[in-house]
Amino acid sequence: MEILDILISASFWAAAIRIATPLILATMGELICERAGVLNLGIEGIMVAGAFAGWMAVYSGTGLWVGVAVAMVVGMGFGLLHSLLTVPFGLSQHVVGLGVTLLATSSTYYAYRLALPQVTSPPKIAAFQPYEIPILSDIPLLGQALFSQTPFTYLAFALVAATSIMLYRTPLGLAVRAAGESPAAVAAQGLSVTAIRMGAVIVGSGFMAMGGAFLTMSAFDSFFFEMVNGRGWICIALVVFGSWKPGKALLGAVLFAAFDALQIRVQQTSLGADIPYQIFLMAPYILSIVALVLVSRRAEVPAALMVPFNKGER
Amino acid sequence: MKPGSEVVLRLDAITKRFGKLVANDAISLSLRKGEVVALLGENGAGKTTLMNILFGQYTADSGSVEVFGQTLPPGNSRAALDAGVGMVHQHFTLADNLTVLENITLGVQSLFGWRVNKAETSLKIRRLSDDFRLKVDPDARVGSLSVGERQRVEILKALYRDVKILILDEPTAVLTPQEADDLFATLRIAIANGLSIIFISHKLHEVMAISDRVVVLRHGRRVAEVDVADTDKTALSGLMMGVEAKAPDIAVARPGKTLLSLQNISTPNIKNVPGLCDVSLDLKAGQIIGLAGVSGNGQAALADVVGGMRMPSQGVLVLGGEPLAQWSPRKAVQSGIARIPEDRHKTGTIADFDLTENTILEGYNSTPFSRAGWMNWSKARRFATDIIDKYDVRCPGPDTRIRLLSGGNMQKLILGRVLEADPQIVLANQPVRGLDIGAVNYVHSQLLAARDRGAAVLLISEDLDEIMGLSDVIHVIAGGRLSPGFARGSMTPAQLGIWMAGQGFDSADLDGEVAHAS
Repeated sequence: MEILDILISASFWAAAIRIATPLILATMGELICERAGVLNLGIEGIMVAGAFAGWMAVYSGTGLWVGVAVAMVVGMGFGLLHSLLTVPFGLSQHVVGLGVTLLATSSTYYAYRLALPQVTSPPKIAAFQPYEIPILSDIPLLGQALFSQTPFTYLAFALVAATSIMLYRTPLGLAVRAAGESPAAVAAQGLSVTAIRMGAVIVGSGFMAMGGAFLTMSAFDSFFFEMVNGRGWICIALVVFGSWKPGKALLGAVLFAAFDALQIRVQQTSLGADIPYQIFLMAPYILSIVALVLVSRRAEVPAALMVPFNKGER
Repeated sequence: MKPGSEVVLRLDAITKRFGKLVANDAISLSLRKGEVVALLGENGAGKTTLMNILFGQYTADSGSVEVFGQTLPPGNSRAALDAGVGMVHQHFTLADNLTVLENITLGVQSLFGWRVNKAETSLKIRRLSDDFRLKVDPDARVGSLSVGERQRVEILKALYRDVKILILDEPTAVLTPQEADDLFATLRIAIANGLSIIFISHKLHEVMAISDRVVVLRHGRRVAEVDVADTDKTALSGLMMGVEAKAPDIAVARPGKTLLSLQNISTPNIKNVPGLCDVSLDLKAGQIIGLAGVSGNGQAALADVVGGMRMPSQGVLVLGGEPLAQWSPRKAVQSGIARIPEDRHKTGTIADFDLTENTILEGYNSTPFSRAGWMNWSKARRFATDIIDKYDVRCPGPDTRIRLLSGGNMQKLILGRVLEADPQIVLANQPVRGLDIGAVNYVHSQLLAARDRGAAVLLISEDLDEIMGLSDVIHVIAGGRLSPGFARGSMTPAQLGIWMAGQGFDSADLDGEVAHAS
């Protein structure tokens, strides 16, 4: 009964959407990379770098939106590194991705120590504040859940729509989808597989960094070590869950976030007194695995995912 | 045919090497407006490489390409397309997850433009389909199309860009005779519209039927150029092979005892592919059994059962008089069953392994190639070298990655691997698919030699001529059911065709005929 009460409360759904936002952003980024045929395991580290870069920019005096842009550019930089190694050089996407994650994470911590050598607790910034969209936010339940978020969340939803339109309605999206399915077809039509794949990885990495930046600039107002905490890996699973489709991936992100929001609240009910809290912490991940198993059977993997393309080789 | 027409394409002294292999050795070629030039040669002669250089997919080591008097920048497909050169690759370059329309329009518009104008594009594709008799639904997903339809999409891709020169790489290799006729009809329309065509093939009758001029390549060199009017098939075959091709003579079979017996075997259907339905078959020493049938009628299931890949759900396998309780690929190999797999790229070889490693894929875990868990690479290498010599595998050496070999040479290596183990039973599934005449005759003579040594050969093929030419006994498989055995020469192709259509199994009339035939 208590769980039912939670599920129909607006604050629960508002929290779910808030928790989902960084996942949505980074999942879109990963989805674009994978649709072009590149698995980007740099996602975890790029999110860390984005979280730090956006927050640091605002802390040193720029506006919030400039901070978001700074995070995105830093992410794109790591994307450039990743794509250079995986696309023209055709190196293992697993090794390069994990390498980028380690490099981005550790260089972020290094930069943090260089910038703030003396502090014991990280300084706070004036983060994004919720903005209630007139009229829409008055809708019961839905209004509070969806239309009383920060502008950063609205941006994330807009990017899902933009990604979807790009993939399915533009010649560029056509080329990206073809590059992930049959790079030979792309090359035979006189396009550069290298340029398309590198572009997708760079832009996708920018989105990932924005997902990280949401944590320090909207969900919280400060930067902590370990704050990304595996969200990047969840996004890799969400892309599979969403069958490489933006809309379904968005749904998956919200679903996962809802589980997460639910477990926090259930811990505080009478149920939480009897069951060890670790069980609750585990629940969203277990449910994700179950959902993945059920959904991903029918998923259509991009046929050329993780297959390097070398023109002129036979 | 059109001596006065302008020269639209000129290749000048193109040379291309892959490692030690010289794929193209200073090849020159010219093409006039409205002309069809056939590029004839065995597998591995360098035909595809030459065309990929023309189309900018490979970069030549030296030499130049000139289209309508303009030199093309090397290694740039876009420049080739813009200059009016289109290519239909043998291995289609289509994205399965996209629709026909999407595949055709990919890269035609500027990437950073707004959405594709679907109605207009669709109209143009339909108009081209009508004009060139290339029937295909623009909104169908390519993944759901048949091979013949996919090829039409490939041709439409080129026509949509208004190309003036069309390169077709082995276009009929994957087509039924009916589809091939349709293709030729389309090509004649294209020629009438002023297109020039380069047609790559090793099928002589096609070359004679469609082309004006023939350029013959052999081992990467241009060995001859003749007008079709001045030559015939025999002469062309001689030019292509360097020697006259000869089909093997077939001695009378002397069947011995039954080596492997399938008794009332059934396997479940997998998706739309039928399994086996109460199939009984005896493989006898010194006999070639041919399995005729349209692809996808249970051949794969039968091959899997014999090769140990699949355990039947019903029925008994009897090997050398002993019923088998367990059956696995390893057991099959150990029992002397040699397999020539249907798809040499997918299941016959590992593309990035070298020739040595590929020759011991089945024997790697037994002496002499390994002992007490350690590989003996020098033995393996000697084995590979022997096969390369004995089976005339043309390659730079045993350390070459097998992906660099042509289909024919790859198949010769597999044949060597299979036959050098002196197998009791040879399972040959589509052993000559995609091979040229020289390689076909070679594979066939080796299968006959295995038979004469006392091996039982099960030949599975979609090519009725091959089945009828080689088999001592022919069975037809249709819908997972197996016909009775027909002795060599007892059936006409038309009679077998009735069984292949699945009509012989229930008809009482035909039963009488069958009894007579077998």
